[in-house]
Parts: sequence; structure tokens; C-alpha cells
Amino acid sequence: MACVSGLLGLAVLAIVLSGAKRATAIIYSATLAICALALFGSASFLIGGKVDASSVILPIGLPWLGAHFRLDALASFFLVVVNLGGASASLYGLGYGHHEEAPQRVLPFFPAFLAGMNLVVLADDAFSYLLCWEFMSLASWALVMAHHREAGNAKAGYIYLVMASFGTLALLLAFGLLAGPAGDYDFAAVRAAQHTPYVAALVLILMLLGAGSKAGLVPLHVWLPLAHPAAPSHVSALMSGVMTKVAIYGFIRVVFDLLGQPAWPASAVVLSLGGITAVMGILYAMMEKDLKRLLAYSTIENVGIIFASLGLALAFQANGLKLLAALAFTAALFHVLNHSFFKSLLFFGAGAALTATGERDMEKLGGLIHRMPFTSFAVLVGCVAISALPPFNGFVSEWLIFQAVLQSPELPQWGLKIMVPAVGALLALAAALAAACFVKAYGVAFLGRPRSGAAETAGEVDRYSRAAMFFLAALCLLAGILPGLVIDTLSPIAVEILGGAMPIQANEAWLSIVPIAEGRSSYNGLLVMVFITISASLAVYFIHRFASRALRRGPAWGCGFSDAVPAAQYSGGSFAQPIRRVFGTLLFGARDRVDMPAPGDVRPARLRIELHDLIWEGMYQPIAVAVGFSSERLNRLQFLTIRRYLSLVFATLVALLLVLAIWS
Amino acid sequence: MVLISDILVQGVQMLLVLLLAPLLTGFVRKVKARLVRRQGASVFQPYRDLLRLLRKEVVLADNASWLFRVTPYITFAAIWVAAALVPTFATGLMFNWTADLIAIVALLGSARFFLALAGMDVGTSFGGIGSSREVMIAALSEPAMLLIVFCMALVAGSTQLSTVANFMASSYVGLRVSLGMAVIALIMVALAENARIPVDNPATHLELTMVHEAMVLEYSGRHLAMIEFGAFLKLLLYISLIACVFLPWKIAVFGTGPLAYAIGAGAYVVKLAVAGFSLALFETATAKMRVFRVPQFLGAALMLGLLGTLLLFVSRSF
Repeated sequence: MACVSGLLGLAVLAIVLSGAKRATAIIYSATLAICALALFGSASFLIGGKVDASSVILPIGLPWLGAHFRLDALASFFLVVVNLGGASASLYGLGYGHHEEAPQRVLPFFPAFLAGMNLVVLADDAFSYLLCWEFMSLASWALVMAHHREAGNAKAGYIYLVMASFGTLALLLAFGLLAGPAGDYDFAAVRAAQHTPYVAALVLILMLLGAGSKAGLVPLHVWLPLAHPAAPSHVSALMSGVMTKVAIYGFIRVVFDLLGQPAWPASAVVLSLGGITAVMGILYAMMEKDLKRLLAYSTIENVGIIFASLGLALAFQANGLKLLAALAFTAALFHVLNHSFFKSLLFFGAGAALTATGERDMEKLGGLIHRMPFTSFAVLVGCVAISALPPFNGFVSEWLIFQAVLQSPELPQWGLKIMVPAVGALLALAAALAAACFVKAYGVAFLGRPRSGAAETAGEVDRYSRAAMFFLAALCLLAGILPGLVIDTLSPIAVEILGGAMPIQANEAWLSIVPIAEGRSSYNGLLVMVFITISASLAVYFIHRFASRALRRGPAWGCGFSDAVPAAQYSGGSFAQPIRRVFGTLLFGARDRVDMPAPGDVRPARLRIELHDLIWEGMYQPIAVAVGFSSERLNRLQFLTIRRYLSLVFATLVALLLVLAIWS
Repeated sequence: MVLISDILVQGVQMLLVLLLAPLLTGFVRKVKARLVRRQGASVFQPYRDLLRLLRKEVVLADNASWLFRVTPYITFAAIWVAAALVPTFATGLMFNWTADLIAIVALLGSARFFLALAGMDVGTSFGGIGSSREVMIAALSEPAMLLIVFCMALVAGSTQLSTVANFMASSYVGLRVSLGMAVIALIMVALAENARIPVDNPATHLELTMVHEAMVLEYSGRHLAMIEFGAFLKLLLYISLIACVFLPWKIAVFGTGPLAYAIGAGAYVVKLAVAGFSLALFETATAKMRVFRVPQFLGAALMLGLLGTLLLFVSRSF
């Protein structure tokens, strides 16, 4: 298996050499082939259900350590996620990449980014893990900066770089703590070691900071909605759909696998962070009018859902409820898979709209369903799936999470007992807001009348892009109607990590899924799909058989005042207004200021909406101001005479020696 | 043979909800009219309305897309399937286990999602205002609904409606504070979901107060018939839901024979009539609230659900 990642590494070299002309087609087809190969390999490993992991030690890296790589069930699942995303993004890139103005700024880094993600998942010692993590971060940073001349992208890249370094620092400290004074960086040694509760708590917090900042946990999410949309769309899809999953993999690997079983307060922290992230993420998305940033914010929501579910798994695990822990854990993994499907699909759709119109601003799109029928259909599937609506896949994983939430009375701790239903209500709120948000996104961008000339003259995108979108849309439906298969495939991972698994679903009649017992709850996506199809076709048949079939086109009903200007239709901002009034006044300090001219005055009335990102203003701006202030002061040190420098060096030396003397 | 009779009973339920839904709405309208001393139309008027709409031609807005044309059928199908999965006269029907309460609520969510999209499709202000308010109401009612489900699942140990109904019917559950809170919360959510007074007014055509009606303003002919039919079914569904969980009186257990089914069906009709009468009484007695009072109304439902759940944590006997 490691040879697959080696292949990817080779691809990197080839790309660096080839660089310029006609490279787009070659490189994307090469990455497509390699990803497909890796996907096949990891999927067969996962489905094969082999318990023993295969590992490889390469003589690179630290001399006494080497580079350990290992493939187990958890890693193979995340490899499937990475390579499925990579394959579909390459397919999409085959068409989309031709619109790139400076392909040499994208092409070398795209396979490097993929290779980095593959290697992170495979790494089996702290050193190579961190190295690959940094490699992945830097490759994605280069992709974010691909369009570096566009306004805002430089800032996005800078913030991303700062946050990524901060995250790596946290990871570095976490691994340092895990390795202990002996310095066993090998994961097998870390796993075997016993960790004191303090170390465990500290590592958990550091992992939440390190992996959480990469995944986009609130309040560490600030870079995500800036950086993800700045990259080319297929890379945005990879960053949102896949790279956040790699961060989640890191969290699972360390907290569930290496750390053993953290105590229950840890689960409360993860749970509440997850719930808050879910609701905040989707509320931010609701307020957004840039299509790609909206999708990035919705990624934050989904990461929150996944973390809440992982927190639930931690809570059950800490109390020895293995079956329920497996339920919550499987739900989280299922959502990881689902999110990688529909988020990639939606980013592809946004990219298609971008190539067709040159616009990311929803308020300048509209009516694309007439001009881009295929893209619109695929994106509609993605929107339904991400809104957690049956019979698509998003619903199944959320349903499993709710089933796990409903089991919270089994928990002995009072704090958790009360907290879990509250988090469940937050998740339900997030799900409903997600539906609202995607009604807005789809309704404004794809439905209605075109709001700009570009939207009016848009055309359908190339067939590679369409193929990638339809492939993912089909996966969304398949995972939704055959959830039992996915759950069974995921069960070796739960066995490996938690020591328990959900009941085998293949034995259930009619392919339904039963998380605990049939008396408690069951769901059958296939039958729901079949029933809806049957009853809809029955209705269509009877109506077309017996009712009037006449149809006439006419102008829309305007209550006597037909608004001919497309700008007069409902916009994204006005669509979000009720939700902004309900939630925004508190969470965003939202204010609507109406400037109504006096009667007789001919100047136009104006409505101004003020939104404040309170997390940015309250947390990051003070830090930025403090850093700026102190660097301003320290600047003076640059212009000292040599004598002063020498005395400074001397003073530092004495101080350090004193510290050492006092220490020992 | 068993399989055939199973399918038959399930089919009977699907037809029953279809046939009763317009009658229920007609009944509610009649009672409301009588309460304000009007004669009111016959209880069968909704059937006539549907037939009239089916015979009329469809007037489609110029830039309506295919989504606008398929939405009525998708919406109707999703609601119909959901209504067929709620136990009405008997529990444990063949396909009851296809979806539990959470899935049924989500199916209604699918219907609403498409309807809200259709509201945005034509590109007028009315559709947009209706859609945006509808999704706001949905966003607020869904957490409340989850807590009600939670409360119910704590008592009955299941989210499967058949199991819950059997549990509530068989053992002596008794009067419980928590269930009382849950039923009030569920009624509040049901009022909001069905666009009834005080959240929305099904009879209004005044632009500023419309929510649901604004969203479907562009529909006509057979499409409108499907949407109206869906709305009738949804009202029936919520009443069946409340009845089967909190009032499973005389509901037939699966496989007890035609007589029990007949009694169950009779009891079901009585329950529908009582619920319809109360709904009409309530709607006549209250006024519609402002749109931005709705969060408070649904927030109260949420709090009731949470309180019920917490009471159950304190003691299972509450």
C-alpha cells in the first residue's frame, strides 16, 4: 500500500519537471488513475475486513526512528475518503483546469497536496506524521495562493499560514507530551504507554486546538471561509471535503487510538464544542452571499456535527457502553464519508457556476437552472443531501447521530445526561438551518430570474465536470438508500478503535438499518425511496389520465405591479432576513438601519445591514493589535550599537545560567 | 396469504388517509363557519375544490422551470408516504418500521424543502417572502420536535410509532406531567407546521401576513390541487400522530382481525372529529400573531419539551 503513496510522490516529481504546456490533461489523468488505484486498494483492504494491519518502515527521517507507515482499518477508511475526493476532483479538473489562467501555479501542487493527505493518514510515528501534516498544509497554502492577485486572496493565504503554524505547534506539543521524556515517537510505543490523566487532558486540549483549527472548530475557524474559497474550485472541494477529514482523522487517531480512554469530562468538552460549531457555522453560512464562502461555512457546520458525534462516542466509551459508543462513532464516520461526497459535489457546482458566469456572488446569479440543466440537477441532489433530507445520505448519518443522542439516559453522569439532549436540540437546529441555507443558496443562485448579464448568457460546463458531479450525486443517493452496506463496512474500524461494533445490518430484512433493536428504531432508505417514487408516479399517472392536461404560459402574478427589474426579486440578503432577526441580533450584532427620506424628498430610501463577526472582533483583532504593538516596540532593538548588542547577549547568558542554576 | 393481507391492510390505510384528509379540512372549515354564525360551505367542499382544480388548465409563469412543475408531485408523494407510515386505526402495519418518527418528520422536511424552492423559482417577491418565512418557522420548530421525540422515547423506550402506540395503549401509563408538557409542545409545533392560526392563517390572502399561501401563490390548476391535497394530508398526519401517541384509545393491534380494525377505524374517525372541532374552536378564539412573535411561541414549545425531558431524568414516574 505504501507503494501507492510512493507513486503519488513520483507524480509530484514528474509534475515539477513538466510544468507548462499541455500538462493539464496529462497530470489530471495521471492523478485520476493513481487515486483510482489507491481507492481500489484501500477499499479492498477495508471491505476485506482484515484485522492485521500492514506496516512499512522506510529508512528516511530521523536516523534512530526511520519513517513508519501503517495501514489499518481506520487509515484505510480515510484513504478511501481522500482518494475518492481526489479522483473526482481530478476528473473535474480535467475540464475545469483548462480555464486556469496560470496552470503552473496549480498543477505541481495539486498532486503534492493529494500525496500529503495520503501520507498523513498512513503515517505511524509522530515525526513523519508532523512532516506530512506540514507538507499537506504548505501544498494547500500554495493552492490557496494560486490566484494571488485577486483581492483578498493574499490576506486569506496569510491568515491560513498563521493558523496552520499555530495548529502544527499545538500538534507538536501534543506529540511531545505523548512521547514523554523517553521520546518514543513511534505510535505503537505511544499506544502501549500509560498516560496520566493530566497528560491526557492536556493532549486532548492540544489536539482540539491543533486538529480543530485545521478542521474548522469554532472559534478557530476564521481562516477556513477565507482560504477554502480562494483556491480553484476543485481544490476548494478537496480542502473542504477531504482536508478537514484528514484533521478529523488526526483527532480520532490520537484521542481514540493513542490516548486510550479519556475521562468523561473530555467528552463534554468535545460535545459542546461540536454543537456550538454546528450552529454557528450554519448561521454564518446563512448570512453569506458569496456562494463558495457559504459552502465553506457549511463545512464548519458539518465538522461540528462530526465532532459532536465523536464526543458522544467518547462519553459512551468512558462509561464502558461499547455498543452505543460504536453507534455514535459509526455515525461520525458515516457523516465524514457523506460530507466528502456532497461538499465536493457542491463545490464543483459552485465552480461550474463560476466558470459559466465569472461570478461567485449569489446576488449576481439566478436562473441558471434554465441555462445549465445538468449542473443544476446535480447541485440540487447535493443540496437535498446536505440538508439531511430522506432518502439521501445526509439524512442517514444524522439519523444515526440522533439515535445515539436518544440513548443518553444510559449515561450515569448528570452533567452529560442533561447536556446531550441540549446538544441534540442544537444539532436539530443546525439541520433545519442547513435546509434553510441551501434553499437560499439554490433558490437565489439557480432559480428565479437572472440577476446579471453574465448569468443570462451562461452556458453548460464541459462533460468532465458534469461527469464528476453526476458521479458524486449518484454516490449520495446510493449511500442514502443502501446505508446498511456502509455501516457494515465501517464496523471493523469500530472494532479496532473501540472494541465494539454495531449489529451487522446485512441480516436485516429489506435492507433496513436497525441501530440497536427493531423495537427501538429502524429506517429503510430504499423503501422510502421506492414508496415516494411509486406514489409520485401514481399521482402523475392518475392526474395525466383523468385531469385536465392543458397548460398555458403567462407572466408571473405581480398583484397589479409587475416588477420587470430582476433586482426586484427576492435576494439572498432578504431571504436571510427572518433568521437574521431571530438569531443575528445576539450572535452577530446585526442591525438593520433604514434611511427613509422625508415626504417630498426625491433621494432614494436605503436599507443598510450591519453584521459583526464577534469572534473575529473579540478574539483575533485584539491579538493582532497586541502583536502589532509589541513588534512596533521591539523594532527599536534593530537599531542598537554593537556595544549594546554585546551587553544584551551577556545579560541573556547570565540570566539563562541563573535559571539553570536555580532549576537544578 | 399473510403477506397479501398485510399489504391489503397497509393499502387500506394509504387509501383511508387519502379519503379522509379533505373531509377533515372541510369539517374544520364548517365548524369554524358555524362558530362565527355563518352557514359555511358543505363539509364536502374540499373534494369539490380539488375536482374543480383538476379540471382547470395550468397557468405557468413564463420562467418557471421543470423544478416548479415536479414539486407538487414530490411534495404530495412525500407527505402521503409519511401519512401512511403513522399508525391510524391499527399499529404494527407492514411498513410501519420503514421509518420512525424522526424519519417521518424529515420526510415532511423534504416536502417543505421542495415547496420552498418552488417559491423561489418564479422570481417574484411573494414566493421569496413565503419561502424565507416558512424555512424560519421550520428551523425553529425542528429542535422543539426533537425534544418532544426525546421525551416520548424516554417514556416508551422507542422512536418507532407502532411500539410507542402499543406501549401507551397497553400498560397503564397514567397521567404524567412530562407527557402533558410534550403534548402541549407537540400541539404548538403542529399548529406551526400546518400553517394554522396563530402562526399563519390558512384563509388569508393579505400579502403581509401570508406565509404558506404566499409561497404557493404562483400555482394553479392540477398543480395547486396536489399542493392543497398535500396540506390536507399533513393536517391529518399531525392529528393522527398526536392521537396515536397520546390517545391510543381503541387502536387495533396488528393481526387482531377485521372486527378490531373496524373498531379502531371508528375510534379513529371519532378522534379526528374531536381534534378537528378543538382546532376550529381554538382558531376562532385566538388571533394571528406577528411573524416575529413566532420565535417566542416555538421557543416556548422547545422549553416545554426540554422541561419534560428533564423531569423524566429526575424521576421516571413524572
